[in-house]
Amino acid sequence: MSSNKKYWKSVEELNDNSSIVEALKQNEFVEEIPTDEFLGNKESLEASSTTRRDFLKYVGFSTAAATLAACEGPVIKSIPYVVQPNEIIPGVANYYATTIADGYDFASVLVKTREGRPIKIENNAMATTNGSANARVNASVLGLYDSLRVQSPRKNGTSVSWDELDAEVVQKLSALKDSGKDIVLLTQTFASPSTSKLIAEFKEKYGNVRHVVYDAVSESSALDAYQAKYGERALANYDFSNAMTIVSVGADFLGDWQGGGFDAAYSKNRIPQNGKMSRHIQFESNMSLTGANADKRVPLTPSQQKVALAKLYSYVVGGSVSGNLPEHIEEAVKKAASQLKQAGSNGLVVTGIQDVNAQTVALEINEYLNSKAFNKATPIKTRQGSDKEVMTLIADMKAGKVGAIIMSGVNPLYTLPNASDFAEGLKNTGLSVAFSMKEDETSSEVQLIAAAPHYLESWGDVEISKGHYALTQPAIRPLFNTRQFQDALLIWNGNDVSYHDYIKDAWGTTILNGSSFNQALHDGIYVGAIATENTDTTAAAENAEVPSGDAANALAGSVKASGMEMTLYTKTGMGDGQQANNPWLQEFPDPITRASWDNYLTVSKADADALGLVNHYVANGALNGSYAKVTANGSTLTVPVIIQPGQAKGSVGLALGYGRTKGLKNEMQTGVNAYAFYKDFNNVQEVTVELASGDHEFACVQLQNTLMGRGSIIKETTLEIFNTKDKEHWNAIPTVSLNHEETPVTSPEVDLWEEFDRSIGHHFNLSIDLNACTGCGACVIACHAENNVPVVGKTEVRRSRDMHWLRIDRYYSSEETFQEDIDKKEDAEGWFTGQKQALREMEEGADNPQVSFQPVMCQHCNHAPCETVCPVAATSHSHQGQNHMAYNRCVGTRYCANNCPYKVRRFNWFLYSENDEFDYYMNDDLGRMVLNPDVVVRSRGVMEKCSMCIQKTQKTILDAKRDGRVIKDGEFQTACSAACSNGAMVFGDINDKESQVAKLKEDNRMYHLLESVGTKPNVMYQTKVVNTTEA
Amino acid sequence: MRQVIHCKLSSSFLSLALILLLAFSTSLSAQEGDPAKGKSLFNANCAACHQLDKKMTGPALRNIETRIQEDAGLDRVWLAAWIRNSAGVIKSGDAYANKIFNEYGGTAMTAFPQLSDADINDILAYTAEVKAEPVAAPAAATQASGNNGVSNELILGALAILFMLLAFGLFLVNKTLRRFAAAKDIELPDTQRTPLWKAFAQNQFLVLVTSIFLLLASAYFVYGYLMQIGVDQGYQPVQPIHFSHKIHAGDNAVDCKYCHSSARVSKTSGIPSLNICMNCHKSIYEYKGETSVEYSKEFYDGEIKKLYAAAGWDDAAQQYTGNSQPVKWVRIHNLPDFVYFNHSQHVSVAGIECQTCHGPIEEMEIVSQFSPLTMGWCINCHRTTNVKVEDNAYYTKIHEALSKKYGVDKLTAAQMGGLECGKCHY
Repeated sequence: MSSNKKYWKSVEELNDNSSIVEALKQNEFVEEIPTDEFLGNKESLEASSTTRRDFLKYVGFSTAAATLAACEGPVIKSIPYVVQPNEIIPGVANYYATTIADGYDFASVLVKTREGRPIKIENNAMATTNGSANARVNASVLGLYDSLRVQSPRKNGTSVSWDELDAEVVQKLSALKDSGKDIVLLTQTFASPSTSKLIAEFKEKYGNVRHVVYDAVSESSALDAYQAKYGERALANYDFSNAMTIVSVGADFLGDWQGGGFDAAYSKNRIPQNGKMSRHIQFESNMSLTGANADKRVPLTPSQQKVALAKLYSYVVGGSVSGNLPEHIEEAVKKAASQLKQAGSNGLVVTGIQDVNAQTVALEINEYLNSKAFNKATPIKTRQGSDKEVMTLIADMKAGKVGAIIMSGVNPLYTLPNASDFAEGLKNTGLSVAFSMKEDETSSEVQLIAAAPHYLESWGDVEISKGHYALTQPAIRPLFNTRQFQDALLIWNGNDVSYHDYIKDAWGTTILNGSSFNQALHDGIYVGAIATENTDTTAAAENAEVPSGDAANALAGSVKASGMEMTLYTKTGMGDGQQANNPWLQEFPDPITRASWDNYLTVSKADADALGLVNHYVANGALNGSYAKVTANGSTLTVPVIIQPGQAKGSVGLALGYGRTKGLKNEMQTGVNAYAFYKDFNNVQEVTVELASGDHEFACVQLQNTLMGRGSIIKETTLEIFNTKDKEHWNAIPTVSLNHEETPVTSPEVDLWEEFDRSIGHHFNLSIDLNACTGCGACVIACHAENNVPVVGKTEVRRSRDMHWLRIDRYYSSEETFQEDIDKKEDAEGWFTGQKQALREMEEGADNPQVSFQPVMCQHCNHAPCETVCPVAATSHSHQGQNHMAYNRCVGTRYCANNCPYKVRRFNWFLYSENDEFDYYMNDDLGRMVLNPDVVVRSRGVMEKCSMCIQKTQKTILDAKRDGRVIKDGEFQTACSAACSNGAMVFGDINDKESQVAKLKEDNRMYHLLESVGTKPNVMYQTKVVNTTEA
Repeated sequence: MRQVIHCKLSSSFLSLALILLLAFSTSLSAQEGDPAKGKSLFNANCAACHQLDKKMTGPALRNIETRIQEDAGLDRVWLAAWIRNSAGVIKSGDAYANKIFNEYGGTAMTAFPQLSDADINDILAYTAEVKAEPVAAPAAATQASGNNGVSNELILGALAILFMLLAFGLFLVNKTLRRFAAAKDIELPDTQRTPLWKAFAQNQFLVLVTSIFLLLASAYFVYGYLMQIGVDQGYQPVQPIHFSHKIHAGDNAVDCKYCHSSARVSKTSGIPSLNICMNCHKSIYEYKGETSVEYSKEFYDGEIKKLYAAAGWDDAAQQYTGNSQPVKWVRIHNLPDFVYFNHSQHVSVAGIECQTCHGPIEEMEIVSQFSPLTMGWCINCHRTTNVKVEDNAYYTKIHEALSKKYGVDKLTAAQMGGLECGKCHY
C-alpha cells in the first residue's frame, strides 16, 4: 500500500534544472564548508609539530593535572596591620554619627563600619530632625564603592595632579578679576553655615563672584512664598505629629515633598490611641505614597487641584473664588474644609502645587487655623535653589558674560530641561570646573573634573532646619585621590587650614555657644538657640506681600482650560537621579507600581482605553505595556505606559531621575529622562499622548494588583467600628470545624503538630503595624545591606527571580474599599453566574481604589510548612522562634518554596557574586567591600530567606553574656525594625512580658497572616484602621 | 616583663656560671654584691632601656664601673648618685653626666631612689660578669638521634637482602632437586587437581562473599578518603617569619591574649599587628634560650631581624624608619564562610582555654592545626561541655528554668540551644 505521493522538500524542486537540488543530492550542504578558514591551509597544518595524538595527550594531561591540583586546599594569607589603630578591633563594628547632605537628601545617620569600611547606614536616634534614613539614604553607602567613580582630578580626559589643577584654576580666576566677567559657583543646596562663610570669603578674594544655588527638583515657588510672607528663604516646617486633620492638595509629603522626612511624625497619629487617630484627606492626580496612605483620596487633575485649594481657602477662611469643580470634588472640598474648621489648630493644609500663590494660600490657611503643626521658629533650610537665578545664569553664559563656572553637587546637563542652552553656554565660559564623583553628563563636558569624595569621606556641616545643626564626618579615609569642594575653596582662597579645622573654628565662634565640638561630633547633631544670619535678603524686598485672599483668587484665576496634564514626580527609589548607578535602588520596586528598573507614564484606565494603551501579561507571567509618544513644549519622548488605578482622568505621571546615560554601568541606563519636560521648573506640564508602536517589557515584582476580597491577608476596619464594636467583629480568629463545632484555629485541638515549649529563653516576635507603615521601603534597602541580598538585574526580576527577603506588597481594592470587595465576593451567588463573574471583575483595581501596604518577610512560623518538606533538613526551627536556614546543607530542591504559603523564600538561580554574567556591586572588588562580614554570601542553587537578622539577635545576646547582664527591651533589633522610623515594625522578645512586642501581641488589633493555615507565625500584623469620619 | 626578658638557661649552664662567679668573687673587693640578685634587679629595673652588651635607649652596661673609671675617673658613689637621680647630677653641671645626657638624645634616665646601696652593688656585680659563650650541647643529641634513624634503615635493608638471598637459595634447591629427579628418571606425579583460583571461581558462594567484602572494604576506604577532604588537621605551613609559639607561650609564658587580644571581645582572635611584637622586641633583639642545630641562635636572631625589617625598626639607631612591610602570614585555621564562629563567646563567656581547641600551642615550635574543626567535632564538645553560668546575670533565669525542665544540675551547651543550625550558620 505504499503511496506514490511525492513530498516536496522545497519550492526549488519544482524547477527541473535547479543546481541546488542537484547539489543537495550529492552533498549534505549546498555550499562547500569553508574548512580552510578555520583549519588554516595545508602547509601551516603540516608545519605544525603538534599532531592530533599529541594534542589529545596535552588535553588529557592538563585535565588530569587540573583535577589533581584541585584536591589541594588553597593557601590563604592573613595580613595584619603593621600598627593597628586603637579604635579598630577586627570583627567588632564601630558606629559614627554623620550627615548626608547631597542636595536632595538630608539626614542625620549612623554609619556602621567594620574593619574601617562603612557597610551600613542606620538611623540616628539622637537627631531631633531628619534622623531617619529613607531608602535612598540607606542605599547611599553603596555609592562609596562605586567602581565608576572619578579617581583623580582630570583635565580634558587625562589625569592631572591637584597642584596642576589648583595652579590653572587660581591663575584663570585671578586673570578674571578685572575682566568684568563673572565667576559663578553653581552648587547644590549645602545649607552649610561654614560653606556659606567660605563662599563669602571666596567672593571677597576674587570679587565678581556669584553663587547660584540649583536644586534639580525645584521648590522655588514654596521658597518664594515663604520668603514673601516671612522674609526668610526657607521652607515651612510642619510637625505632623501635632496635626489631627491633614488636608493635602498634591503634596506627596510621605515622599520627597519639600525635602521629605515628615513620615515619622505623620505615623505617630496614625496608630489609634484612646480611640483617636488623625484624619488624612488627599487631593492629587498621580497615585502617590501619600495618597495611598490617606483615609480619603480624591483624584483630580493638576488644574483642578488649584481650584480645589482656592476653594478650600474660601470655605475655611472666607470670601469667594471663581472656578468650577465637578460636583463630587466640590463636595469633598467642602467636607474637608468643614473638618479643618472643626479641627482648628489641630488642622493642617499642605500643597505641592508649584505655584507661589498656591504655596501662599496653604501658608495663609495654616496661619488662619493657627495650626499647631506649623513650626514657624524652625523653617527648613534644605532647599535654597532659585529658578530665576538659574535661568539668568544660563542666559548670561550664552551671552558670554560668565568667565568661570565652578560646579559642585549639580548635574545641569542632565537635570536642566534646556540642557543644550547650558552646554552652549559652557562653551562660552573660559573656565569650567565640576566637582563630581562621576564622569557624568556635565562633568564629561567641562575642562576640569575635580574628583569629589563621597559624603562618607568628607567633612561638613548642615543647618537642616533653623537652629538644628548636623555634622558630617568621614567614616573612612578617601579611597581615591579626591578633594571636597570646601577644601578646594580654602586652597583657592589661599587659606591653608583644612576644612575640618575651618568647621571647628566656625562652629566654635558662631554656633556652639560654648558647648563641646567633640560632643556635637559624637552626637552628629547640635541644637542651638541662635539662628544663623540670613545671608540672602536682597530678594525679599522685591517680593511684596500678597494680601490675604488675593493669592487664592490669583490661584483660581491662573487655571486655564487644558488638555492632558502631566505631573512630573520623583520615585521613592530614585529621587532626583543622583544615585542612578546604585543597583539597590534600581532594583528597589516602586512602592505603588511595584515596577523596578524603569520609569513609565502612569495613565488612568479611562484614558488608556481611549488612547488604545494596554498592559498585558506574557507567557512567563511578566508585565508588558504599550509605548506612548509624549509631546510637550516641543520635546517628544517615547515612554512605556503603566495603567495606574487611582490616576486622575485627564492626567498622566512620569518620574524624574531616570534616563541617565553617562557615568553609569550599562545595566543602570534605564528609563527616559523626564527632565526634558521640566520646563520652567514646573512639575505640571500640558502634554499630548499618542499610542506608539512596540511593547515594553517591565520588571514588575507584583502582578496581582487587587486583594480579591481576601480579608485574611489585610485585615482592615474603620475607626468607627474599631471604637464601637468587639474585636470578634472586626478581627475574628478564623475557625475550623472540629466534631461539628466551630473551633478557633489557634486552639491546640485542631493543630496537626504538638506544641513546642518556647517559654524559656528568648522568643522573638516582630509586629508590623499596617496603620503606621507608609510603604516607604527603607526597610527593604536596610535588609539588602544587612543581609548581603544580591541584585539580580532587570531580566531576572522579570522572571520573578528577585531576591528581596523583605517585600512590601501593595494591594488595591477593586471596589471603593476593601470591605466592599469582601461583601461583593460573599454576596455573589452561584459559581458560574455570580462568583466567577465577581472574581473576574475584582482583578481590576478601582478608578480610585483603597490602597494598603503590607511588608512581608519570612513569617518564622512555629509550625512551618517549609520545614516539614525539606528532604535534607536544611531548614529547621529554633527555640528562639527563628526559622533557620542552613545554606550549606541546602541542595536546592525548592520544595520549601513551593510549600510556603507566604512565598517568601528566594532561590539563587545563579551565582550572583563574582560572576562575569552579572555586573552589580557583588561583581567587582570595590563593590564587595560593602558586604556584611557576619552574613555569608549565598551560592548558586541555594534557597535563602529572611533570617530575622539572627546575626543581630545573636550579637545582642553575646554582648549581654559578656557583660553578664539581662537584656533590656529595645536592644533586640532586626535591620528592618531598626530602619523603620515610623514605628511600624517592632521587634523583641515576647518572653519578656514587659516588652513592647509582648504587649503588641496581646493587642486587639493583632492578627497573623493567613491565620487559618495554622502556621502560627512569629511575625504578626496590626489590623489597619481607616478614619472614615466625615464632617 | 621579667619573664619575657629573662630567658631560661639550662641548669648546667647556671651552675657553671655560679662556679665561675664564685671564683671571681674572691678576687673582688669587700663591697662586692651578689650577681644573681643583681641579675633579677637588673631585669626588673634596668632592662627596659639597657642591655649588657648593646646600646639601646641607654648605653650598654657591661663593666660599666670600670668603664667610667677609665673614661672619666668616676667611681661607684657617682654612679649611685646618677642612678638615684640622674637629673640632679646633670643639673649640678657634672661634665660626664651632661656628655652622656646629650649623647643619648637628651632623654633623662628614670630615677631609681628606691635602690639601696646593696642593690646597686648587686647590679654592678652582675654587670661585671664575664660574657658567657653559648654552649652547643643540644647539637650532639640531635646528631645521635639522626644516627639512630640511619641504623634503622640499615637493619631493614640488611634484612631485605637476607630474605631475598633465602628465597633465591630455596629456588636453587628446588631447581637442583628437579634436575636430580630428571636425571634419575623419577616420574614426578602430575597433579591433576584444579588450580585454586579455578576452584574459587567455580564456587559462587565464595565469589559472592568475596565481592561483597571487597565492595564494603573499598566503600570504607572511599568514605574515609572523602571525609578527610577539606579537613586540614595537622596543617603546618611555613610562615614568612619563623614565629615560635614554644618560645613565646611556652618558655616565656606570655599570655595568649596578650597578643591575641581581640579574642576577648571579637569573633576573630586576631593576628597581632607588628606594633604588638615591637612592644617587647624593641628591647629583645637577640635570642638567648635553648638552641638546636636546626634552630640556632643565629637562626632566631635572623627571624627577629625579619621582624625589624617588616616593622621598619632600625635597631642600630633605635628608631622607626617608617618604611614598613606588612607580614603575609599563612592562615592555618580556616573555617568555611558559612560557619559563624565567635572567639569571645568561647574565651570570655565560656572561659575555655585556648588549648582546648588549639592544642598544646605552648609546645609547638611551628604551629599546626590541632583539631579537625569539623562540625562533628564542634557538636561533640557542645554536647559534653557545661555552660559556665556562674556570676553571669544573663544566665540566671534561663538556667534555672531550663535545668528544671531537663532535670539536671548543670546544662550543656547543647541543652542551651547550642546545636541549633542557625546558631552557627547564617
